Amino acid sequence: MIDWWLILDKVILVVVIFVVSLAIAAYSTYGERKIAAVIQDRIGPDRAGPWGIFQPLADGGKFFFKEDITPNAADKFLFILGPSLFITTALMTSAIIPWGKSFFFGEHEFSLQVADLNVGILYLLAVVSIGGYGIMIGGWASNNKFALLGALRASSQMISYEVPMGMAIISIILMSNSLNLREIVDMQQGFHWNVFYQPLGFLIFLICAFAECNRAPFDLPESESELVGGYHTEYSSMKLGFFLFAEYINMFISSTIIACLFFGGYHFPGIDSLGLSPNWAAIVSICVLFAKIFFFIFFFMWVRWTLPRFRYDQLMRLGWKVLIPLSIFNVLATGAWLTFVK
Amino acid sequence: MQLTNRSKVASVKTLNWVEQIYLPAIIKGMIITFSHIFRKKATVKYPEQKRPIAGVYRGLHVLKRDEQGRENCTACGLCAVACPAEAITMEAAERQKGEENLYREEKYAAMYEINMLRCIFCGLCEEACPKDAIYLTDRILPSNYARNKFIYGKDLLVEGTAPDQRVDVTGRKKNYEMNV
Ligand code: SF4
Ligand code: SF4
Repeated sequence: MIDWWLILDKVILVVVIFVVSLAIAAYSTYGERKIAAVIQDRIGPDRAGPWGIFQPLADGGKFFFKEDITPNAADKFLFILGPSLFITTALMTSAIIPWGKSFFFGEHEFSLQVADLNVGILYLLAVVSIGGYGIMIGGWASNNKFALLGALRASSQMISYEVPMGMAIISIILMSNSLNLREIVDMQQGFHWNVFYQPLGFLIFLICAFAECNRAPFDLPESESELVGGYHTEYSSMKLGFFLFAEYINMFISSTIIACLFFGGYHFPGIDSLGLSPNWAAIVSICVLFAKIFFFIFFFMWVRWTLPRFRYDQLMRLGWKVLIPLSIFNVLATGAWLTFVK
Repeated sequence: MQLTNRSKVASVKTLNWVEQIYLPAIIKGMIITFSHIFRKKATVKYPEQKRPIAGVYRGLHVLKRDEQGRENCTACGLCAVACPAEAITMEAAERQKGEENLYREEKYAAMYEINMLRCIFCGLCEEACPKDAIYLTDRILPSNYARNKFIYGKDLLVEGTAPDQRVDVTGRKKNYEMNV
């Protein structure tokens, strides 16, 4: 028999997460500009509404009213597929994230995770790498040298940095004995955050997350100074908006993943000793998770406005000669510690 | 020979291993950028806030009137000749009987236009004027959507007669006297 309650739950949750992701992505653009401004001793956008809080709406409206240009020489189908794929995969990753403790309505449990996959992390890595195709296809279909170069850079960068990222995750999996994201989060209850047990793994994961999101100092795929706009040089109007939007969603999701894997997700020391009813505990846990997420989004932006961009050979050297050996060492050390010490 | 004491000895020393990790330097940089969040902002919110402008600033022109409210300009055309950007054009007319309260000289400018898109705000028109008629002021040329709106006629250039519509040019005058 079909469980209608389950379907209703999931539909509500999917819609809410969808809207929240888009809203956070939109307001990240505002946050990015404000943070860039205050770091550079400026004020930032302050004209659209009080403190400029309607700026993202104005930007979105502008994107819709811009002329949508498809270059003559472009592959029409792939040109549209690129941004669609990129934003779809960006939104798909949020499906396995446990956003908080469950709500209880009488007997009915409302779980704040769309899909409690037992191979959650593998799903995550798989979807993230499909996102790379969005950039590649978009850059290739534009039939433009700058776009192609940007796409090439993006693909090689993503492939290079996925390896140490996977390795960093392996050491977490070794410690938690599970690929399930909720179990990994629950293992870090109290103050047993993974970052204290895996500082090296955290550092590697953080660097790789920057590279995967194409954020500065790894923003070579779109480096404005050399490649005009990189892989989205030929894009205009809402297709360009999709690319930019998807990048901010990616940043939001990676902040969430970092919070879940290394900073205890929705757990906070002392959260259980407050003696809250389950529903209040669920609300508090959501707030805790989002506080962590916002901190990491801020951190992403803070780094962007501090560090200059890498040179391409430096990027490859860091990936292959530094991070991969380090991450292998980290996996071995974790394994040895688990076998012999514990 | 040492020309200044600002020269620095160039060094090609390789980085030691702590520096090669870059992390300490990155953290130091991030502390610097973070401290800037609390600094005083340099922004001037323009239309609401204005920066103080020096009295000798060369901004929007004004055609002066004398104390009795009569226009000084006699349409001699010297400003137009002096103008390197050829921004000024005018048409002269003879003063009729009964217009003595309007124009100081017997000849006056019936039409006087400055094309603000051509003008380079050099102030040579002001220097050329024998009648103390044209001055640059500390007002800023407002922006506009249409090019033809930048051709300023007498309606925009001549100052008003009421005391509060007079434009103060003492700063420019002083500058001019100092240079003479
Ligand atoms: S300021 Fe210079 S350019 Fe402008 S009208 Fe006067 S003479 Fe011409
Ligand atoms: S502004 Fe001065 S120089 Fe120009 S036409 Fe009038 S009187 Fe002559």
